Amino acid sequence: MDRLLFGDNQFFGVNHMSEEKARAQAMRFQDIKAVIDVLDTAMDEGVNAFMCTTHDRIAQVCDHMRADAARYGNFAFMPCMPYAHKYANAVTDDGILGALKRFTPDEGFLNAALRGGVSLARKDIEGITTLLIDAEMKMFAGLKTPVIFLQNVVLDLLLGLGFKEAFRIFADHVKSRYNAEPGFITMNLPRLLDVLDELGIENPIVCSNINKIGFRMSGGFEAYAAALKERRFRAIAMSVFASGAIPPQEAIEWICRQPNVASIVFGASSRANIKNTKELVDRYWPSAHPLELTPAPAGELGQ
Amino acid sequence: MVIRIAVVGLGKMGLSHHAMINVHPRVKLAAVCDATGYVLDVLNKYTGVRTFTDFDAMLNEVELDAVIIATPSSMHSRMVNAALTKGLHVFCEKPFCLDTKDGETATRLANEKNLVNQVGYHYRFVGAFQEVKRLLEAKAIGEVTHVLAEAYGPVVLKPKGSSWRTQRAEGGGCLYDYAAHPLNLVNWYFGAPLGVGGTVLNKIFSKDTDDEVFGSLYYADGKSAQISVNWSDESFRKMSTKLSIWGTAGRITADRQECQVYLRDTDVLPAGYHVGWNSRYTTDMTAPVWFYLRGEEYSAQLDYFVTCIEQRRAHDNVNSFASALETDKVIAMMIADAQKGASTKSSDAPVDQPRKKRGLFASLR
Repeated sequence: MDRLLFGDNQFFGVNHMSEEKARAQAMRFQDIKAVIDVLDTAMDEGVNAFMCTTHDRIAQVCDHMRADAARYGNFAFMPCMPYAHKYANAVTDDGILGALKRFTPDEGFLNAALRGGVSLARKDIEGITTLLIDAEMKMFAGLKTPVIFLQNVVLDLLLGLGFKEAFRIFADHVKSRYNAEPGFITMNLPRLLDVLDELGIENPIVCSNINKIGFRMSGGFEAYAAALKERRFRAIAMSVFASGAIPPQEAIEWICRQPNVASIVFGASSRANIKNTKELVDRYWPSAHPLELTPAPAGELGQ
Repeated sequence: MVIRIAVVGLGKMGLSHHAMINVHPRVKLAAVCDATGYVLDVLNKYTGVRTFTDFDAMLNEVELDAVIIATPSSMHSRMVNAALTKGLHVFCEKPFCLDTKDGETATRLANEKNLVNQVGYHYRFVGAFQEVKRLLEAKAIGEVTHVLAEAYGPVVLKPKGSSWRTQRAEGGGCLYDYAAHPLNLVNWYFGAPLGVGGTVLNKIFSKDTDDEVFGSLYYADGKSAQISVNWSDESFRKMSTKLSIWGTAGRITADRQECQVYLRDTDVLPAGYHVGWNSRYTTDMTAPVWFYLRGEEYSAQLDYFVTCIEQRRAHDNVNSFASALETDKVIAMMIADAQKGASTKSSDAPVDQPRKKRGLFASLR
């Protein structure tokens, strides 16, 4: 897994500091070409992995990259699913069955409907869950997707409810059908690690806020520090700059000193910011080598 | 002491309350209740939680300290009263009661029985809006003259099928769902208004309820507030609530993320503020929570409810029934006011023509 992953909040008008800034970004990126230009810039600067929501607009980015394998053949998408708004709206508009039909993967409606229908009738979430994963993955067909993430709003809802089985179903399906590593995004890292342990999901890839000021590190800064030091997992740090509250150099210097951080995910809209982040990471994290994606035997990673 | 709580109603809010309270370190989620057996069966199968489709049966069979009521609004008053009668502390979703008489009864009952009573106006737990409260109490912008309270978002973007959320009579619509929030913040900062005027409750896509809400609130000291709310605005990614407050010594603008304050040069400067523009961001204003789902404020309000129960603070709640009833009353006034239409009509008594002044330009003609 690359040390530096590119995020997509800036492309969709998500900004945790300012609604004005969010709107300005939404305006700038309403043309998909503007998004692709920034991704091209990131690639030029040596950032080749993109953690992205399974938003409809990402499908356009996928189409663009699929069409030019020579340039983008090594570019890695790391889909974060589900894009929850899409389902909420579809179910409201078309009902549950209509929504399922809309999101049916290429294997055919009948097959998918069977998997979903049987699952619904048995009150068994496995069939319906794998069906939805396949629907979300449709846009990435033919592209590299080494890690597939369950995004935080849905993950944390399931975590709170105690729907632990969903994490196992997700992990198994992502591995078996897509030959990818399951990834988990959470705002509640310590609690999730306990549950993944309990489920026997070893050395998981977990993405959460990790920053110097403890912003949105739910469960407490100390618990995060202890987890990084003592637990066996591959941490991806997000919100490293705490939405801009920490100056870039201070933020990167700090995160690079933390044990067990495999990658940093960051969002940026300008070449200057991408370049600056890349340079800071190269400066403060020179000795780190990219982690292997295949699960390593116990004891090899961490510490 | 562990607080035993049941969640009633598993819609969007109920499910999220369920998830947060289920992992609260000092709470035991004892049961959930919903009308849909299917959802309950799936929940029970995978999480083991005890489930009920009958609210009264649940109250009779389960040992509880408190309930969280997140059912459609028209069901609130009956369920709140049943729970209070059983001696349970109650957290109820907003709006509180559609009929203010029911709200008064429930408020009286809760106070008589000394039970913790809270309504889910979560904006009172947002750091930026709490900062506004502190600034106003410190008279940082002097005497307030006017408030503009806005909320916009993309809820109803085309005609929709029928559910309780699409009917005013059931508590659906932009006024109950969206406008209640900015109204509640204005109530929190300035108390109950003397009256309302110029209310517009307009349909855009809905058949049986309003999609946009405008109106004025009048206060005894000459202060006024204007409400501008629209839930059919696709240009917003999600609900966005913004307050602008003008005072004799400055101005405050606040939304969920930030608080911008302009202060004139006066004797009253709150600690950490200076003359001119000041900005405070969510990162400085937000206290951490035990579990994060959709925003710290949702967790914080539930923790506050639990803490009030533990400390037996029945009469000291920032979101008490009494305060939510104030908002219900403003909503009721706005509904009545909107029916009157324009207060001054073009067909009314003739308006005096402004007398023409013979100014410089006239003489040059």
